Amino acid sequence: MRRLAWLSVALALVIAYPLLFSTPFQQRLGALVLLYAIAASAWNIVGGYAGQVSVGHVVFFGCGAYAAMGAYAHFALSPMVGIPAGILFSVVIAAVVGVPTLRLSGHYFSMATIAVAELARLIVTNTDYLGAAVGLSGPTVPRNVFDLSFISALPYYYLFLAILIITLGITWWMTNSRIGFYLRAIKDSERAARSLGAPASRTKLYAYMLSAGLTSVAGALYAMMFGFVDPESGLGILISVKMLIMAALGGAGLLFGPLVGAAILVPLEEISNSLLGGKGAGLTFVVYGAIIVLIARFQPGGILDLIKRRLEKYRKAPETIVAAGTSHAP
Amino acid sequence: MSFVIVQVIVGGLLLGAVYALFSSGLTLVWGMMNVVNFAHGDFVMLGMYVAYLVYSLLGAGPLIGAPLAMLVLATLGVVVYFSLIRDIMKGPMLAQILGTFGLALLLRYSVFWWFGANFLTLPENVVGGTLDLFGIRIQAARLLAGIVALVVTLGLHLLLTRTSLGSKMLAVAEDSTAAQLMGIRPDSMQAVAWAIAAGATGLAGALIATFFYIVPTVGETLAIVAFVTVSLGGFGSVPGALVAGLLIGVIESLSGYLIGAIYQDIVVYSLFLGFLWFRPQGLMGKS
Repeated sequence: MRRLAWLSVALALVIAYPLLFSTPFQQRLGALVLLYAIAASAWNIVGGYAGQVSVGHVVFFGCGAYAAMGAYAHFALSPMVGIPAGILFSVVIAAVVGVPTLRLSGHYFSMATIAVAELARLIVTNTDYLGAAVGLSGPTVPRNVFDLSFISALPYYYLFLAILIITLGITWWMTNSRIGFYLRAIKDSERAARSLGAPASRTKLYAYMLSAGLTSVAGALYAMMFGFVDPESGLGILISVKMLIMAALGGAGLLFGPLVGAAILVPLEEISNSLLGGKGAGLTFVVYGAIIVLIARFQPGGILDLIKRRLEKYRKAPETIVAAGTSHAP
Repeated sequence: MSFVIVQVIVGGLLLGAVYALFSSGLTLVWGMMNVVNFAHGDFVMLGMYVAYLVYSLLGAGPLIGAPLAMLVLATLGVVVYFSLIRDIMKGPMLAQILGTFGLALLLRYSVFWWFGANFLTLPENVVGGTLDLFGIRIQAARLLAGIVALVVTLGLHLLLTRTSLGSKMLAVAEDSTAAQLMGIRPDSMQAVAWAIAAGATGLAGALIATFFYIVPTVGETLAIVAFVTVSLGGFGSVPGALVAGLLIGVIESLSGYLIGAIYQDIVVYSLFLGFLWFRPQGLMGKS
């Protein structure tokens, strides 16, 4: 009950944000936080809950982005029409990569995902149909509201918020379903889970495919907001890195972890870029790298995990003293 | 025509020897501690920049640059082991991958920030000119790099299989508790492994710097080459890495010559994914 009350307050604040902070920069910042939160939450399903670290999630992001822009550029349709196609491509690619690698130890999966992302980037860069190095553009002037091409960031903000809520809803539903219980068992000990009859490879594959489809939606939304996609913005390895680091910083495997991570890192990057300009791009990723190393070394559970454990410790403090006392008794 | 093919194959073998050298560093660490170093390609990149700095500051060629790169990277390897790897080794897989991947970003973009994104090259005559061997024309730099890499990789194999240090390292890899009971310190053996692995990688970087473009993001491509080599050769196997490295060098050169240079990476990556699908344990690995 108390949890629900806190959630309602948080939701009300998120809904009110772009009205309270109404400059274009602030609204755009808010929309970007939500967009990256969608992508990072999608990554979280396979990276956090299933414990399979995908370093090439950008390939699904790119699928969505290219499908949305392709629907407009080649068929003069609304970019929205491309979303299902992007999801379909992503799920198929996830199956092709996941079937052989999810049977093996997690390292193979991570390496294969990097290779697939780089392969996709190289192929797209050399494919004229997909705009090669220049990329594809969306509608310059919106023909109607279905082109989802707005000048203000406000409509995007609420659109992204709705999609984020759906994404988190799906994640929440998954964790409470049979697949979620399997995933938790597999993450604790794959051998034990297998011996009790949990179909480990297949469950991980389902999580990967679900995650891929949702990531592709994030890619499509990104392309619609920016109005174009090219190999660097749609398939660059650094986008994978952002999803991964946001989820890990906030708390991989926790529902609101990626959102917290995005709310910290997106403003950090936007502000450092506007202060340092082009020269800052390198420095931003130096900081990103340092943050990732520090999380891995000291706090692999992320910020939310740290807060959660502190809270539990605080609440349970009297009990633990009693427990410690009894255990010391002879 | 056939001479050109032979020339392409010889060029591929020489490049492949360098691939084998830096991949054996990755395979050593992976086989011994079950840690995949995602920053491995960036270690090669650092080796290249050390060679570049030695040339641009001292005017010296790979004769000084290569040993120095080996030394610098070996030191970095030990530092990385004690400050990061030792702790994340015991942690969950997520921490392992995040830790080395974060390290990769840190190294790559520190170099990017300092040197910029420009392509750098060492002058072509840093290792003298082109040789003519029985009608096959070979750049002296590639010949030197290939031969040194081949010798060092074989030396690494002998070190692991024929010396007492190698036996101790294998003992730790096999069962670190049992090794500890025999009076071997797993901690120092693993640090030695990191020094050897990173040192070999730095040496390889300094060797390819004499004929390759030098850019901060080069490590990304080279890391994938190393992953392909190691998964092809079977992880933990230095001879496997040697065979696989030579094979990949030849395949890359041939596909670059026959289909076009922009497709050679596509061929190598596809090969890797194909291998993961059909024979994930590699050519010489155990299933």
